[in-house]
Amino acid sequence: MLHIVACIKQVPDTKIIKMNPKTNTMDRSSAPAILNPYDSHAVEEAVRLRERYGGVVSVLTMGPPPAVKAIRKCIEIGADEGYMITDRAFAGADTLATSYALTKALEKIASEVRPIDLIICGKMTIDGDTGQVGPGIARRLDMPPLTSVNKVVEINRAEGYAIVHRKLEDGYEVIRSTLPCLFSVEKDINEVPYSTLPNMLRAARYQPHVWAVSDLNDIDKTQLGLKGSPTIVSSVWAPQKPQGGKLLEGTPEEQIQQLLDVVLTRRELFDAVAGGEGS
Amino acid sequence: MNFDDYRGVWVFIEEKDGHVASVSLELLGAGRQLADKRKTELAGVLIGDNVQSLAQIAFEYGADKVYMYDAPIYRYYRTETFMRAVLACVEKHKPEILLYGATSTGKDLASAVATDLPTGLTADTTQLDVEEDTGLLLASRPAFGGNIMATILCKKYRPQMATVRPKVMKALPRNKEASGVVIEESIPITEEDIRTKVLEIVRSTTQHVRIDEADVIVAGGKGLGGPAGFQVIHRLAETLGAAVGASRDVVEAGWVPHHHQVGQTGVTVTPKIYFAIGISGAIQHLVGMQNSGLIIAINKDPAAPIFQSSHYGIVGDALTIVPMLTEAFQIALGRKEEADAGKI
Ligand SMILES: Cc1cc2nc3c(=O)[nH]c(=O)nc-3n(C[C@H](O)[C@H](O)[C@@H](O)COP(=O)(O)OP(=O)(O)OC[C@H]3O[C@@H](n4cnc5c(N)ncnc54)[C@H](O)[C@@H]3O)c2cc1C
Ligand SMILES: Cc1cc2nc3c(=O)[nH]c(=O)nc-3n(C[C@H](O)[C@H](O)[C@H](O)COP(=O)(O)OP(=O)(O)OC[C@H]3O[C@@H](n4cnc5c(N)ncnc54)[C@H](O)[C@@H]3O)c2cc1C
Repeated sequence: MLHIVACIKQVPDTKIIKMNPKTNTMDRSSAPAILNPYDSHAVEEAVRLRERYGGVVSVLTMGPPPAVKAIRKCIEIGADEGYMITDRAFAGADTLATSYALTKALEKIASEVRPIDLIICGKMTIDGDTGQVGPGIARRLDMPPLTSVNKVVEINRAEGYAIVHRKLEDGYEVIRSTLPCLFSVEKDINEVPYSTLPNMLRAARYQPHVWAVSDLNDIDKTQLGLKGSPTIVSSVWAPQKPQGGKLLEGTPEEQIQQLLDVVLTRRELFDAVAGGEGS
Repeated sequence: MNFDDYRGVWVFIEEKDGHVASVSLELLGAGRQLADKRKTELAGVLIGDNVQSLAQIAFEYGADKVYMYDAPIYRYYRTETFMRAVLACVEKHKPEILLYGATSTGKDLASAVATDLPTGLTADTTQLDVEEDTGLLLASRPAFGGNIMATILCKKYRPQMATVRPKVMKALPRNKEASGVVIEESIPITEEDIRTKVLEIVRSTTQHVRIDEADVIVAGGKGLGGPAGFQVIHRLAETLGAAVGASRDVVEAGWVPHHHQVGQTGVTVTPKIYFAIGISGAIQHLVGMQNSGLIIAINKDPAAPIFQSSHYGIVGDALTIVPMLTEAFQIALGRKEEADAGKI
């Protein structure tokens, strides 16, 4: 039976984030926590593959206890089971330490629950947005990492291969990989529909399997959290914006003339607009 | 780990359709500065099939040395083959710093290499500096969707690695006289060892102006009201021979395809002139276009943040101002007749 695990993360909604202009830090209280939008596509794709081929969809997250909400969101999308690793020892993890902790949890799922055929991650998160965790997990589990996947052509568990499209800057490539493997998926891979009532009801009462560090097997604690993270965030500041220029004045005609004067009288700018032959 | 064994700044040279990707040339420029500051050498890592001629390009843009893996197995980028080559090279020659373009290839490769080494990897860097005496790389990057900038350090591991956004670093002027040393490398690897196969590569058939290469960009936002309103953007762009840019909201609304999107999750652009029309100026948009030469904003709300970040602003309704502006340019550039004849 096909077992797909989607890795998902709860993130602050960066659309709503406000910066504290005095301290140049993020006002976290202003930002509601949501399921990382890219990860909802990862879960949706897992659910669609289960509908196509049969099987089980699990989701896994590492995060603080409130991240259970993100797991419930995935149950709403249609996931079967949710696993969460939560422990103070995970705090401050960079992508290397995150992929290590998640790998240990995946190994436990694979050996104690059921073997894993496919792992699906989002392309990136909207907070750290590195996109490095997926490939990191794949390397640690010695699976081929397939990033930028935007279409799954075929999964053949019996013969042990998958065929996918990987998005390129100017098109796509068709890749065949052995199973098990890991995909990081693009947003355009699918559209996440509204949740169905039964899924919503199930999600509301759903309790995920929760593990602490002590529940994970063969774990090297020096590789976890801040201690296990080679990168350190040494300083944080608000990005500087370009200095505001001037608002033009006068009638629209006058303003347009002023603009034209700027563009057409500077050699470089003139060449830029006069050289063009249409787009 | 003895840090003194690790010397030199390296750049992964990404090949694209037989050329060196422009981000790699930009990284050679940035890498040259870091190497000079550390009084060490700058090397490129070049992997591909039949790529000898590209080593010379790396020298012309600042490299002293190129480590080259040239074999048919590297014809297409695959994580497993490229990763093994880079890992072997790092283990053998021990660089202090290794930079990759933050392209889909560069990011994929760097994440895999970082895990295996292991070492720290700073993602999507937009500023780089190095401490002259300690060699500590100061890599700064946007996070939280561009809401903050962070400086990331990797104190305990070598090499220090970062992926760097295209278009934010400057390539050196090309020096055709330059030369350097090519060091041919190879590792034992056969097709049977590799678990992925590239079955086919499909290039998108519709030719579009690459906005990251355009001198002039006319970008439109949600303020245009709909696909019909957005037509005024296309018309001004055609008149100026400009590329069309868009905010994310416009792309998500489906008015134009994704490759037009400027910003944090779109393309970073540095045109000579950037028109931001009906765009509010959210930080995620600004990070993609704030290094444009001249920024002109048109917005009906005088309090729109975009005006804080533009050189000239017109407050008004884009649907009336832009057609007037288009006509004024057509007249000034002598293109009015072509336009009236329906050629523009
Ligand atoms: C300001 C700032 C800058 C940072 N910069 C860097 C940096 O340059 N390099 C670095 O190594 N770290 C960095 N970090 C740390 C890093 O962002 C996260 O802490 C790390 O845990 C996850 O990386 P990500 O959010 O970028 O995930 P991504 O790699 O962007 O996530 C990709 C996918 O991996 C899966 N995933 C990610 N996290 C989890 C999780 N906790 N549980 C389950 N699945 C998950 C999801 O499927 C997700 O879609 C930074 C943190 C901050 C606050
Ligand atoms: C993680 C993340 C990544 C993101 N990445 C990107 C990105 O890469 N690129 C990007 O652009 N955005 C990105 N965004 C979205 C960004 O936050 C904004 O939502 C988006 O840029 C807003 O688009 P807009 O300016 O077109 O629309 P709006 O914010 O709706 O602004 C419309 C503007 O048009 C003006 N207007 C209305 N009518 C008229 C008229 N008739 N004439 C003139 N002006 C008019 C209004 O005053 C307003 O200022 C990202 C967001 C997140 C959270």
